[in-house]
Amino acid sequence: MDLIWDGLGEAVRIIRTGDYAIWEITLRSLLISGSAVVISLIIGIAVGAAIAFNEFRGRNLVFSLVNTGMGLPPVVVGLLVAIFLWRSGPLGHLRLIYTPAAMVVAQTIIATPIVTGFTAAALRQLDPRWRTQIYALGASRLQMLWIILWETKLPLLAAVMAGFGGAISEIGASQMVGGNLAGDTRVLTTAVMLEVNRGNFAPAIALSIILLALIFVVSLVLTTVQQQERT
Amino acid sequence: MKRASWLASLLLALVAALGLVSCGGDNESKETPTPKAEATATPQPATTGTPKAATTGTPQAAATGTPVVRSGPKEIILATTTSTQDSGLLDVLVPEFEKDSGYNLKVIAVGSGQALAMGQRGDADVLLVHAPASEKALIDDGSAINRQLVMHNDFIILGPEKDPADIKGMTSAVDAMKKMFDAGSTFISRGDDSGTNKAELSLWKKAGVDPKGKDWYEETGQGMGATLQVANQKDGYTLSDRATFVAQKEGFVLKVLVEGDPLLLNVYSVMQVNPDKFDLVNGPGGEAFADFMVSEKAQQMIGAYVDKKSGKSLFIPDAGKTYEQLGMKTPFG
Repeated sequence: MDLIWDGLGEAVRIIRTGDYAIWEITLRSLLISGSAVVISLIIGIAVGAAIAFNEFRGRNLVFSLVNTGMGLPPVVVGLLVAIFLWRSGPLGHLRLIYTPAAMVVAQTIIATPIVTGFTAAALRQLDPRWRTQIYALGASRLQMLWIILWETKLPLLAAVMAGFGGAISEIGASQMVGGNLAGDTRVLTTAVMLEVNRGNFAPAIALSIILLALIFVVSLVLTTVQQQERT
Repeated sequence: MKRASWLASLLLALVAALGLVSCGGDNESKETPTPKAEATATPQPATTGTPKAATTGTPQAAATGTPVVRSGPKEIILATTTSTQDSGLLDVLVPEFEKDSGYNLKVIAVGSGQALAMGQRGDADVLLVHAPASEKALIDDGSAINRQLVMHNDFIILGPEKDPADIKGMTSAVDAMKKMFDAGSTFISRGDDSGTNKAELSLWKKAGVDPKGKDWYEETGQGMGATLQVANQKDGYTLSDRATFVAQKEGFVLKVLVEGDPLLLNVYSVMQVNPDKFDLVNGPGGEAFADFMVSEKAQQMIGAYVDKKSGKSLFIPDAGKTYEQLGMKTPFG
């Protein structure tokens, strides 16, 4: 029990003094996972809309694949990305391994199926007659997509939240492709692991609290938006 | 339009985040010329004669007539064992090396087994490891060059205070292993092919027993810090390097039971991954780090490095020595 109190006390101290480069690490976590979510939104909404609106052979298979992807183990993604980006790998000459960019790539792969799945599910709920009506009113394809996305923004915000939560809380991929380099690729999750391995439990607890708080704040902002839309 | 502005600002923030990350990347590439300029001032003995250095010279530099010295990437990947990071030693050495050399050193702390595998595939530029026999294999197959002793400490056999196998104070590590085997009390192994794991397996072998598959023998597959915690929680025996143990002893019930056997010597070496074998390996960078680790300055810092919590020194510098001089005749596998 002492450890928990020590950890909480240490958390307050670290947050106040900015020790362990805590703000830098927090900002980096936010930037890397935020970038990954933005990219996964672009891909996920496009793919999600494509499989929700189009009838084609093997659509159920694609849906199952996307749903499998929603539970993609981060460590598997990390290994896959690392195999490509290691110098001995096919993309080794890009020298991307152990950079924030590599982490964005890995987290995008983790978040994209989540966003795709949520988007496809949301868009499938729409009444198809509604779409025909918008078309009949003379909307272009792009305009229609915009209108539909606007109408489904509540479930889409849930997609953003789920994608962001998946990206920022994973550790396996970040450790493998980022390397947990101080001042470069160290994010909150890998910093927690490092402090635990060093036996420094108090800062580990402090970092965990900050990670939780960060996810909470992002969820709070998005939920507030959601609630405002509803009223 | 309150809702629209909400969404717009959110989107803007995310796009800004994306922009910031890419800007971060830009900054890195802009910074690179500075260390290059510094490098030109220092004499570089390796450039003459090595075809590598000559070919990596950028054509633009040659055309404008500026001297081509130590070109190539400013980034070095160091693959090393967990103990050098978990003990905090690299936190002291790395900034000093980066300041002196202008290189950006990326420290990837994995077990020595994985570090050596990275070297063998050309995925790292330089290795700092403690698995003498496996290191030799890399030298022999041409993956690594320029191996030099850096420092040592020792392995220790740790266990619960109650000591069910009754090994406390034994002077022969091999006898202690045999006794632990006979007692069949919980032993927590790294099981990750690291230098410490190799040392442990070699000790079992010397004792003529094989604990693999016994129900009291458990493998964590994790770093030394994590493994110590498992042993501590499960009242198990384990083999650890002294640095990692000292660095996180606080709150531990594990006790040092066997130490001092010459067989328990733990020697760290630095070696370069062979740039002639792998195109992407940063030869000059790897060499610069190897040179730094055996330099007087780094050696002094290693000797002076003490654990913050206990105030104990963790490593003894060894540059220029041989295994034989350290009293180690048959290095671990």
